[in-house]
Amino acid sequence: METKLLRKESHSEWIERLLDNQEVYGVVSQNKRISYQRITSPEELVKDFIIPDMSAKSFVFPSIENLFAFIKRKDEINIENINLDTIPNKVIIGVRPCDAVGIKKLGSIFGWSPEDCFFSKRIEKTTIIAYACNKADDYCFCTSIGGSPGTTQGSDILFTQVNTGDYIAEIITTKGESAVSVAPELFEEITTDLQKEKYLANVPIRFDDTHLEERINKSFDTLIFDEYAMRCIGCNICAFVCPVCACFDIQDENRGNKGYRLRCWDSCGNKLFTLHTSGHNPRHTQGMRWRQRLMHKFSYMPKRIQVKGCVGCGRCSRYCPVDMNISEQLTSIVS
Amino acid sequence: MDKINKIATELLATGKVQIIIGYAEGSKGRIRPFFARNEKECEKLIFDERCVQNLAVYLYKEETSRRGQQAIVANISTLRGIIRLTTEKQIKEDDLIAIIASDKEQPFEAHTFEDIENYLSNQTFQLNESDKTLLEQLNAMTPSERRTFWQNEMENCIRCYACRQACPLCYCSQCVVEVNQPQWIPATANRTGNTEWHIMRAMHLAGRCVECGQCGKVCPENIPIHLLPIRLAEEMKILYGSTTGISKDENCEMSTYKHEDTENFIG
Repeated sequence: METKLLRKESHSEWIERLLDNQEVYGVVSQNKRISYQRITSPEELVKDFIIPDMSAKSFVFPSIENLFAFIKRKDEINIENINLDTIPNKVIIGVRPCDAVGIKKLGSIFGWSPEDCFFSKRIEKTTIIAYACNKADDYCFCTSIGGSPGTTQGSDILFTQVNTGDYIAEIITTKGESAVSVAPELFEEITTDLQKEKYLANVPIRFDDTHLEERINKSFDTLIFDEYAMRCIGCNICAFVCPVCACFDIQDENRGNKGYRLRCWDSCGNKLFTLHTSGHNPRHTQGMRWRQRLMHKFSYMPKRIQVKGCVGCGRCSRYCPVDMNISEQLTSIVS
Repeated sequence: MDKINKIATELLATGKVQIIIGYAEGSKGRIRPFFARNEKECEKLIFDERCVQNLAVYLYKEETSRRGQQAIVANISTLRGIIRLTTEKQIKEDDLIAIIASDKEQPFEAHTFEDIENYLSNQTFQLNESDKTLLEQLNAMTPSERRTFWQNEMENCIRCYACRQACPLCYCSQCVVEVNQPQWIPATANRTGNTEWHIMRAMHLAGRCVECGQCGKVCPENIPIHLLPIRLAEEMKILYGSTTGISKDENCEMSTYKHEDTENFIG
């Protein structure tokens, strides 16, 4: 890993050079929405924001993934694989460190045997240029879950803007190096003493997660989940905005005799989640489904793949229409 | 508002109800739905101008209804939801007590539907200014401009179905969008699939929507999706002179067949 300095005057020029070579996405503001969108000029980028509405997960785990195509003919069905080489290289600028961590955690899920070829190809083609957070809101809780507003995990490059407007550039991976290589002359050696920690947002620790797994396991048979989830209306917002939620549903969609098998985002909040063909649903109440959400993130995932299924971005709570607040519930579980 | 707590505490103490569906302070200055089942919990019940959610959606949920007789803190939207759900036989008339609340007057109990109907007959139903302006703009557009407007909005839909889940009238045990053998509406979150889904939902709500706008309020993508059923409610007023959710004896125009129907719309 190398650390360099990118002057604020050079920032736009570097992005323009990136745009010469590949598809570039960035955080833009449009009709009250802050989102990752394809950009054609650095001018489009929004500078003052806390977090995009949706996470960056759709770059590597799109809401709909075509798994294969099928054509039905008289006596046979032909299956055609998707040509993964058509997936373009993409550079995403302005990713928040929590979203980058989210993508890394998705890697642990999709890399868990057998490896998922769609995810692997997409991540291979995606360069994540993250920007450390210089401000946070009351919903952010990355520091309670092992993260930090300046973590480099999951990023190819992490920029931290200092008080002069210049950026400390931590170039972490070879993908990061190749993004720098479009204009290496713009990245200077750091000659002064720059401490990136000084410029990071202050995200207070809201709960101590040391014993979270043990405590949540003990809570399994209690009524706390039922109680908390009485107001849950069972929409899919929390799972869809979550950078780590990876549950999916398989559907076929066809026109005439041709179609695709699709992998679609799913959500454990939905009452059809894990509904059996028989009509039996092992999680037939909203409380059981909410418990599944928390157990999966803070018990099953740590046990199986040694990562928590949460990055503390706070989106699920920020966008919940009935104010289900995950850090509030976790705080009550650990205390 | 102490009066709400007093009414709620009394209802629980006398054993008339076992659960009060209402509002409480949530996190970071927000309001959340709250369910009081004892005196202490009643202290948390509040009502102010932030309490706009249509709580009628909880009346038929197993999670709340299994806890016994219910009372509900009801704003105008919730009351209209209750009336319509009764018309459509989703809740029973004697199943519920409403604590009618507004930020203008003291809360009071309504034990009969006549009480609710009387109260509603003295109310005016008005859209907020921004909805009114946008609806006027939409009405003034040419069909192709309107199409472009909605298609751009539809692109942002992520198909989380929060609009459906938040709607008291979206109570189908299996929504048509989730039927996949055969598949009626594409599952794909793209312009076509999303447009089909929202047109279907709006059409199904025609003559049933109580104009609470809850579907639009919950949309994480800020799509003004509530204006589709609200526009259709206007159409119902023009066609049948009907307003939904004000009288339990009201008609179900779009789902009632009458022998004398002229059918001239078939042309």
